[in-house]
Amino acid sequence: MPQETLQPRAEISPAVAQSRRWRILSGLALVLIGAALWWLVYQSLQPLAKWFTYDLLRMAAGGRLALAVEFFIFEAPKVLMLLTLVVFGVGIVRSFFTPERTRRILAGKRESAGNVLASLLGVVTPFCSCSAVPLFIGFVTTGVPLGVTFSFLIAAPMINEVALVLLFGLFGWKVAALYMGTGLLIAIVAGWIIGRLHLERWVEGWVYETKTGVGRAGDEAPVTWNERARAGRDAVKDIVGKVWPYVLAGIAVGAGIHGYVPQDFMASIMGKGAWWSVPLAVLLGIPMYSNAAGIIPIVQALLGKGAALGTVLAFMMSVIGLSLPGMVILRKVLKVQLIVTFAGVVGLGILAVGYLFNWVL
Amino acid sequence: MKIKVLGTGCAKCKLLYAETQKAVAAAGIGVEVEKVEKIDDIMKYGVMMTPALVIDEQVKASGRIPPALEIVSWIMTAAAKASA
Repeated sequence: MPQETLQPRAEISPAVAQSRRWRILSGLALVLIGAALWWLVYQSLQPLAKWFTYDLLRMAAGGRLALAVEFFIFEAPKVLMLLTLVVFGVGIVRSFFTPERTRRILAGKRESAGNVLASLLGVVTPFCSCSAVPLFIGFVTTGVPLGVTFSFLIAAPMINEVALVLLFGLFGWKVAALYMGTGLLIAIVAGWIIGRLHLERWVEGWVYETKTGVGRAGDEAPVTWNERARAGRDAVKDIVGKVWPYVLAGIAVGAGIHGYVPQDFMASIMGKGAWWSVPLAVLLGIPMYSNAAGIIPIVQALLGKGAALGTVLAFMMSVIGLSLPGMVILRKVLKVQLIVTFAGVVGLGILAVGYLFNWVL
Repeated sequence: MKIKVLGTGCAKCKLLYAETQKAVAAAGIGVEVEKVEKIDDIMKYGVMMTPALVIDEQVKASGRIPPALEIVSWIMTAAAKASA
């Protein structure tokens, strides 16, 4: 009935109200059915992998190849399913935040409180390292202190939803909480230190002269639940569509380690006893560029082979939070000295986390 | 009228560029859509999330791909302003 859809909002007729209620109910039902299906499939992955490996392929139980195949057949769909679920959820959460809104919250904030807030907002604000430069300039030219901006730039990639939920799914909530807590701490403290050092002179001169028209584009966050659901679906298409080959490659590497590398192979190199393993893990992580989804299967395999948790966490944080390509992108706006300082401060934080966990746990 | 799509070559930037070209055709205006891919140039518009759409030096949208109708209406408005 076209007349009804043309009516102004204030005078919603009972028929329209009812159809709206119906749509909400059917939407909810769809979500519930989807969740139930997801859970059913997720639960049957383990037996399915066993059946595939030992019944369908008739591999001998306990063989190396069999172990590797079982690992891959179980982990690949499991990780991809978790990833899809999480990315969808986070896509919806992020539809409540925009960089512009975050910038407005942070503008003129004092340090310390600002560092904490920036780190937390870094977790939920949509961020892509490809937009790091415009974001940096938008922040620092409109009254967000340099150190607070850094807290955001450190937290945003390092504590990403993909890393968190994969850690949760594969290692449990304790490891995920450790990662999130220490990641936030590093972002807060490193940003605060950079702010205290007053390194504005090491920002490229033209940055502060840039006339920033932020706010001109307005706030275009989606408002209806339909739009939010679409944002979630777009995020899945965008992120899962992009990272799935890396995830599969990561799991394949993990499967190789799982089947072919002896159980305590890593203990001597990455175990608690080797003090140099933490700095080595951090250094190794810098040139490696991987998103969380690709690195976690490797992390899982390393842990399973006797590597210490602190060392592995340090490696993971270094790969995600201290990426060379990310620094190359930031070189456009930061002088080399500031990039080195930034990498040094964050690297030290990661080192501290690595040693802490190796000694405490 | 000047229409620019700002973005460093990400998938969404290409999509916005294609959408904008379609909108220009729909509006029946013979304007070339310019791609702005150099970061220094993107900066000038104070855009914090790419891709962004700029019409006559005004940022119309950033970090999203607006619905086709919206783009067309922006172009029509700008064209009306230019001829007035």
